Amino acid sequence: MSKQLRVNPILCEAHGVCAELLPELIRLDPWGYPILASAQVPADLEPLARRAVKSCPTLALLLERVSPERIAT
Amino acid sequence: MEVSAVVAGPAGLPRMLPPVPVRGLGAHDERYGPVRLRGAALVDEVERSGLTGRGGAAFPAGRKLRSVAERSRRPGLPRLSGRRGAVLIANGVESEPASAKDVSLLARASHLVLDGVVLAAGAVSAEQAYLCVSRPGQAAALSAAVAERVGRDPVPVAVTVVPERYVASEESALVHYLNGGPAVPLLTPPRPFERGVRRRPTLVSNVETLANVALISRYGADWFRSLGVSSAPGSALVTISGAVRRPGVYEIALGMPLRDVLALAGGMDAALQAVLAGGYFGSWLPAGTALNAAASAAGLRAAGASLGAGVLLVLPAGGCGLAETARVVRYLAGQSAGQCGPCLNGLPEIAAVMEQAAFGDATGRVLRAVHNLSGLVEGRGACHLPDGVARLVASALRVFADDVRRHQRGPCPGARGRPVFSVPSGADAPPAGSVFAADRR
Repeated sequence: MSKQLRVNPILCEAHGVCAELLPELIRLDPWGYPILASAQVPADLEPLARRAVKSCPTLALLLERVSPERIAT
Repeated sequence: MEVSAVVAGPAGLPRMLPPVPVRGLGAHDERYGPVRLRGAALVDEVERSGLTGRGGAAFPAGRKLRSVAERSRRPGLPRLSGRRGAVLIANGVESEPASAKDVSLLARASHLVLDGVVLAAGAVSAEQAYLCVSRPGQAAALSAAVAERVGRDPVPVAVTVVPERYVASEESALVHYLNGGPAVPLLTPPRPFERGVRRRPTLVSNVETLANVALISRYGADWFRSLGVSSAPGSALVTISGAVRRPGVYEIALGMPLRDVLALAGGMDAALQAVLAGGYFGSWLPAGTALNAAASAAGLRAAGASLGAGVLLVLPAGGCGLAETARVVRYLAGQSAGQCGPCLNGLPEIAAVMEQAAFGDATGRVLRAVHNLSGLVEGRGACHLPDGVARLVASALRVFADDVRRHQRGPCPGARGRPVFSVPSGADAPPAGSVFAADRR
């Protein structure tokens, strides 16, 4: 099952942990908030993505199943 | 189901905006006659009518009604306090400072809106409806109208005053507020129709959309489509301000050339330079494009702007579009709820760069900065405030490209002169229609 990352911008406080743990997919903007290079997570990066999600101090990083319904809207 | 004869609706305009307020239930019944279609039959008729949302997004109203109606009947829905069913929010908050159409509609045809609220609530099996507005005085008048209807309406309607803030009228912000939180946007999805007030499926609908539902219940889809064009049927309320002789709220047939719409407001004293179509959340159009555009969601989209909630701001020759834009962007930056980092940090920086372009010197470096900052805020908020700012600024730099070049030698006389648009200053200034007498035409 394919997974994708989502940032909850309301919860995010720019700790930057995610970009340190997953630089392959996440970089930081000039204010320290994460920018996703691609929401889609390749299978080989899924363990790292899961670790980044667990390490976010504000629980602002989400790893979600790709839902076809959501993509269409 | 027996179908009574269709009562003939009014031919032509006005449909929703009577010249004088219709006061009292008796006068309302006399003017509009009884409602006819309800429930599933009404949803079908609204779908057939082609009515789209009048709050700005122009989403098909019938499809929205149907999706909430289906969800409210799902067996898995949480039962809270022993009850189930959906919730309806009638959105009359109108936090766009350049819009006064909802306040005018609610002042002139409150019972028509309330009919729409109750009909839509019934159609989606809602057990509670809220009518959200932003001013206490408005709420008092509407509560009195609700009280007149005791015994008539099967659904309770609570008139609710929402704190004034630009993002307060965003649909998830209304849900947040009615759930006991501040009136600021939530992360979506889930969208309100999936999980809204008290976790119920919640239909959020603009008050003008609901007034149209009340008319379609009475007179039918064919009557509704007898005005407007096939791609944009019906009428719509617009708020015209800036350099026109009679600024105010007008009802138009959709698809009319914008030239004719502006003529309703008495035309202009000076030559037209540009129109900000869609209000603070819209885009600039140069004079020629604007005058020939069709006043509909599709027409204005094709021209490079949007109709939004029907806001048209008119800039005369001699005015400075960069200066007007800079003031609007500064206002919008102050309206950020401050929840999302890119919006909180990026919007003030965009405002500062636009002020530099308008009142300082617009060098290539300044323009590159706007471009980069816009890219950094777009799509990165919980709501679309940053996207709206990026779009507005991009349209200003496109339409006023010549001014940008001229401003390299410092601000033009227009930038130094009096502002054309009265933009509220700072976050605490009263937004929502403050530029107009509530009931002007």
